Amino acid sequence: METETMASNGKVMAGEKPMKYFYYPGCSLKSTGRAYEESLLEVFKALDVDLQEIDDWNCCGATAYMAVDDMKASALAARNLALAEMQSNGDGAQIIAPCSACYLVLLKAQKAIKEKKEKANVLLEAMKNNGLYYTGKAKVRHPLDVLVNDIGLEKIAARTQKPLKGMRIASYYGCQFVRPYSTFDEPYNPQTMDMLMAALGADIVDWPLKTRCCGGTLTGTIEAIGQRLSYILLKEAEKRGADVVATACPLCQFNLECYQDSMNRTFEDNLNLPVAYFTQLMGLAFGISEKTLGFERLFVPLKTKAAV
Amino acid sequence: MSTHQYKNNGDAPRIGVYICHCGMNIASKLNVAELAEYGKILPNVAVSRDYKFMCSDPGQEMIQKDIQEFNLNRIVVASCSPLLHEKTFRQAAADGGLNPFYFQMANIREHVSWVTKDFKEATDKAKALVSAAVRRVAQHQALEKKRVPVHSDVVIVGGGIAGIHAALTIANSGRKVYLIERQPTIGGHMAMFDKTFPTLDCAACILTPKMSAVKNHPNITLWSYSDVTKVEGFTGNFKVKIKRKPRYVIEEHCVGCLLCVDACVFKEPKFDDEFNLGMSKRKPIYLPFPQATPLTVLIDPETCLQLKRGKCKQTCAEVCERRAINFEQKEEEIEVDCGAVILSTGFKPFDAKRVPEYGYGHYNNVYSSLEVERMVNASGPSQGEVVLKDGSKPKSVGIIHCVGSRHAKTNKYCSRVCCMYSLKLAHLVKERTGAEIYNFYIDMRTPGKGYEEFFDKLLKEDVNFIRGRVAEVTNWAMTAKEEGKLIIRVEDTLIGSPRRIPVDMVILSVGLEAQADADEVRRMFGISCSKDGWFTERHPKLAPVSTMTDGIFLAGACQGPKDIPDTVAQAGAAAAEALALVDKGFVELEPDTAFIKEELCCGCRTCIGMCPYSAISPNLEKGVAVVNEALCKGCGTCVAACPSGAASQNLFTDEQIFEEIEGVLTYA
Repeated sequence: METETMASNGKVMAGEKPMKYFYYPGCSLKSTGRAYEESLLEVFKALDVDLQEIDDWNCCGATAYMAVDDMKASALAARNLALAEMQSNGDGAQIIAPCSACYLVLLKAQKAIKEKKEKANVLLEAMKNNGLYYTGKAKVRHPLDVLVNDIGLEKIAARTQKPLKGMRIASYYGCQFVRPYSTFDEPYNPQTMDMLMAALGADIVDWPLKTRCCGGTLTGTIEAIGQRLSYILLKEAEKRGADVVATACPLCQFNLECYQDSMNRTFEDNLNLPVAYFTQLMGLAFGISEKTLGFERLFVPLKTKAAV
Repeated sequence: MSTHQYKNNGDAPRIGVYICHCGMNIASKLNVAELAEYGKILPNVAVSRDYKFMCSDPGQEMIQKDIQEFNLNRIVVASCSPLLHEKTFRQAAADGGLNPFYFQMANIREHVSWVTKDFKEATDKAKALVSAAVRRVAQHQALEKKRVPVHSDVVIVGGGIAGIHAALTIANSGRKVYLIERQPTIGGHMAMFDKTFPTLDCAACILTPKMSAVKNHPNITLWSYSDVTKVEGFTGNFKVKIKRKPRYVIEEHCVGCLLCVDACVFKEPKFDDEFNLGMSKRKPIYLPFPQATPLTVLIDPETCLQLKRGKCKQTCAEVCERRAINFEQKEEEIEVDCGAVILSTGFKPFDAKRVPEYGYGHYNNVYSSLEVERMVNASGPSQGEVVLKDGSKPKSVGIIHCVGSRHAKTNKYCSRVCCMYSLKLAHLVKERTGAEIYNFYIDMRTPGKGYEEFFDKLLKEDVNFIRGRVAEVTNWAMTAKEEGKLIIRVEDTLIGSPRRIPVDMVILSVGLEAQADADEVRRMFGISCSKDGWFTERHPKLAPVSTMTDGIFLAGACQGPKDIPDTVAQAGAAAAEALALVDKGFVELEPDTAFIKEELCCGCRTCIGMCPYSAISPNLEKGVAVVNEALCKGCGTCVAACPSGAASQNLFTDEQIFEEIEGVLTYA
C-alpha cells in the first residue's frame, strides 16, 4: 500500500489529550442519506464520542463541481476546513466527513493547500478577505478510520450487545475513499469495514468487487450504463450469499438500493438485496432501535431474522 | 617509482604550457593560438605552445623534448578532463625526467569548449583556467607513491552460482579462497530451478558438479551457514570476521547418511521446508536438498525438541555412529586476512503480496514463479507434477509478467530475467500438463544469445501471448463458464479491448529485488548502493565489477538483475580483477592523501568523526590525530573540518588552492 504524504492523518497518539471531532454532514446526510446521519450520530453517541457539527458549513465543492471549476470547488471545501479550525480555537480539529464525495473533496483541498503553493496562496488569500484562516491543523477523517484506528475494534466489540451472528455482510467501499489517496486503507483491497463488521460478530463475504464503480452519477445521466454497473455488484453479492450489502457512501447506497426494481425489469431478475449503511449495522449490534437508526427509510427492508 | 631519481631543473619554477586542440573539439570553439600566446606572458612560463593532439605520441614527446631543451621543472596541459588523461601526462612528465606531480591539467574541453557557445567568452574562460593552472603548478611539490604489500587470499561472500564460479576460477589459479555462505548449503537460487533458459539444460546437472568441485578443491575453504560480521583494513590487507552459526552437527564427522533424519522422534516431516518455499515439510533435523553442499545435515533450533525444551530421547544422536551430533555446539567466530573481497550476495524475489490485486496469498492456485520452479522440479514438493491445490492438473494457466517490475508503485526497473523464465515456465508447464497457457506481457524482452529463438519456439508451441498489463485476478465469475476459475482481467492492447480470461492457475512472474540487508552489507564493506538497493559498480561500462572501495569486487545479481550466463561471465571478471590485485603482490597508493601537522593539532578529534573512510585515529601519547595513508582517499573532508588548520592534503595545500583562485581572478 502506498502511504500518501497525508499519512499524518492526525491519529490520536498515546498520551495526547483526546481530540474533539467535528462533524461535516454535507448535503446528502441531510437529505437522501438521512439514515446515514441518524445512525452515525447514534453510534458515536453510544461510544461516548462527542461530535460537534461544524457551524455554518457549506457545500463541500462536490466531485462533479471539481471537474468544472477546480479552484471554486476547492474554495468551497477550504471554507469548511477553515470553519472547523477556527471553531476548534486552533486546537487541531478532526473533521469527520462520512460522505465519500465530501471526504475526497475536503481531502483534496487539504492536500492542495499543503502541497500546491500557488493554489494555496489564492485560496488562503480569498479566505483572509472573508476573515477566515486555515493553517492545516484541521484534518479530514473518514468515520471508518476514526472508528477502527482511534476508538479501536476492541472497544466496539465490547459495546456490542446483539452480535450480528449469522448475518452475511458484503462490505462495499466504493471508489472514493481509497482512491486516489489511501490515507488509512489498502487501495485495492480495503479492510477496515470488514474488520469492523467482523468485530460486530457478522460473517464476512469475501468478494473482489469492494471498490468497483457503483455507476456514480451515470445513473442520473446515462442510466443504462450506471444501472448495469450497480447490477453487477448486487448480483455478485447475492451470488456469494450476502444478506446485506454494507456501504459507506450515500450515492452508492442510493444507486444500489433504489433502482433494484428497475434493474429487475431490465435484466429480468428478481433482486431484493438490502443495502444498509455500515453505521446502521453497527447500531443494530449495539442494540439501538431500528427506528432510531433510520431502517424505516430503506426501500429494501433488512431481513433481520438472522441477526437479532 | 620510489627508487626513481628525478632530475632537478633548479628550484625556481620553469613552466611549460601546452594547449591541446583535441582535433576540432577545442580548436573550433576557442582561439587556441591566442591562448598559447597568452600562456607566454604568465609568470614563470618558459615555453607555451598549442598542438593538435597533446595525448598522442608526438604530443607527449614534445613535452619530454621541451623539458630537456628549456630545462622545464613544471608542466601545464590545457586539454580534456583529468579523469581521461591526467595519468598520461603525468607519465609523460616522468618519462621526461620530472617528478610526475609537477604537473597540472586545465580542463578546457568539458569545462569550456563543450559548454560555451560564444567564441570570445570561451577563449577568455580558457585563459582564466590556464592562468590558474600556471599559478598553482608553481606551488607543486615532488610526491612519491607508496607501495603496500598485498595478502594473496581472497574472501568471497555468497555461494550462489556467482560465488561458486568466482571461487573456482581463483582457486584454479592457485590462490586460496574463503567462500562464505549464509544458508546451510551453497547453490543459491540456481539450485532451486528446474531447467535453465534458453537451452533447457537441467539446472542441477550443470550446477551440482561445480558445487562438489568447490567442496573438494584444496584451495577453497567453504564455510556455509556463516555470516560476515565485520570487515577492517584496506585494499590488499582486509581482515574479515566470520560468524559460524551452530548446525548442532559436527561438519567434519557427518557424511550425510541421513540415518539421523530417519531416527528423529518426529516420525513424519512436520515443519515448512525452506528450500521448497513451504510447499513441503521437513523434520527438525534435515538436509536442505539431496545435492546440498556441504552434504551435512543440520538441526533447526526452533523446532528441535532437545534444543527448544531440553527434553528429547535424542534418537538422532544415538543412531549416529560417527558421533556427529552435538547439541552443545556454540556459535564460533573466525577472522581471516585477505587481499581482496568479492561480493556475490545475490537477490531476493519480489514479494507478490505487495501487489494485492493479483490475489497472491488470497486465492488458492495463485503461485509465484519460484514456487512453480520448485513444482516442476523432479526433486520438488510434487515430484515435478504441476498440480492445483486440490491435486488435479490445471487445464489453463495464466502467466503474468512484470509483477513488481516496471511500475512506479513497486520497482521501476525491468527485472531482466522474467520474460525468459516466463517463457521457460510456459514451455515446462505445457509439457507437463498440456494446459492452455496465456502469457500476459507488456513487452517481450529477449535480448540474449539464443533468447529470441526461444521466444519463436514458444510461439510455435501454441502458447497464447496477450499484450497488456493485467489489472486484477479475482474469482468473480460472470458466466457459468467462468465459475470456479480465477478470472484475469486485462486490457489487450493489440486488439484494443478489455478481456476476461478464466484460468485454473495463475503464475506471477515476480521481479528481482536487492537483498533485504543490502544496506547493512554495503556499510560493512564501505561501498554504495543505487536507490533501488543494488550495489553500485565503480563505472557501468569501464569498471563493471569494481567498487568505489579498492579491493572490493562485485559479481552476479547483487549488482542488479542478471541471468545465469551474465552472472557467470561477471563472476569470471570479478575473479580476474581480484587476481590481478593479489597476484601483483603490492598496491601503489595515490599520494594525494591528507596529513596532520602535529605542531598545529590540538587533538580535538573533529576530523576523526568526519572521515568517511575511518582513516584517521588518535595518537594518545602525543594527543594528536594521525592519518593512515593507506586508507585515506584524499576526499579533503578532514582538511575542511579541522578548526586549527592542522589537517592538510598533498596536491591540495592551502597555498596551491589560493594560488589557483588568484590565477582565475587575476587573468588579464
